[in-house]
Amino acid sequence: MSKSEKAFSMVVTFCIMFVFCVLLSAWVSYHDSPGHFNLLHVCEGIIAALIVTVISHELLIPEKGEKVLLKTLRLIPYLGWELWQIALATFDVTYRVLHPKMPIDPRIIEFETTLRSDFALTTLANSITLTPGTITILVEPEKGKFVVHAIAQAPADALLVDQTMQRKVAHVYMEE
Amino acid sequence: MHSIDIISTVLMAGGAFFMLTGALGLLRLPDFYTRLHATGKCDTLGEVLIIVGCMVYQGWSFITIKLFFLMLFIFIANPVATHAIMKAAYVTGVKPWKKGDERM
Repeated sequence: MSKSEKAFSMVVTFCIMFVFCVLLSAWVSYHDSPGHFNLLHVCEGIIAALIVTVISHELLIPEKGEKVLLKTLRLIPYLGWELWQIALATFDVTYRVLHPKMPIDPRIIEFETTLRSDFALTTLANSITLTPGTITILVEPEKGKFVVHAIAQAPADALLVDQTMQRKVAHVYMEE
Repeated sequence: MHSIDIISTVLMAGGAFFMLTGALGLLRLPDFYTRLHATGKCDTLGEVLIIVGCMVYQGWSFITIKLFFLMLFIFIANPVATHAIMKAAYVTGVKPWKKGDERM
């Protein structure tokens, strides 16, 4: 990472952190309460934001990515789909838990994907955990290999055979 | 009773129901991995429903924005925590339960 990129990422991280601090703690919550928007609390916010910036500026803006705006735009419909999947996942687990015979048949499956970038792998791992009946156990970033625990046959097939989610994530991060 | 009260009560009651189901699953399911399925998934929607209920009850203010960010962090943190516990169990060699085995 060059010097100008480092400075850029530090400044952006500091601004985001400070705005967040003002939004959450320093602003007036009600009309009749004064809030904490005075010198002492603003200075505390600046110090806290500086500490966070020094520790973690490489995490928030890692490097100059390509087509960041397009990827962000493509992420929005994916997040909507993901929210729906979370609701389905909870109904699925609720059904399995409350059913008198508990229709579960747990198994551990493995599969490989073509995804390589950190963001894509993290998104896919989190999505697998949030969708019905599957939880990510291990990820090997070099080979794009996933080890997944599935609670029954049907959710395992959704990952192994249909591969809807892999295609959606590949579309969002343009790694098809 | 206002309609806002009714909507927020329904949302919070739904959240409490899913949290209760998660706890029930923790007791009923046979092994470590399947129990994480119950807690990891039911808790996410349960907590989010309770927070949305609070947002509706509070009305439009800065508290609503704070609650929204809380919801966002739960969506990111919950699967990561579930995954971390699962990985720790897998690496240290906890045996998964198969269909037909005795309950542990």
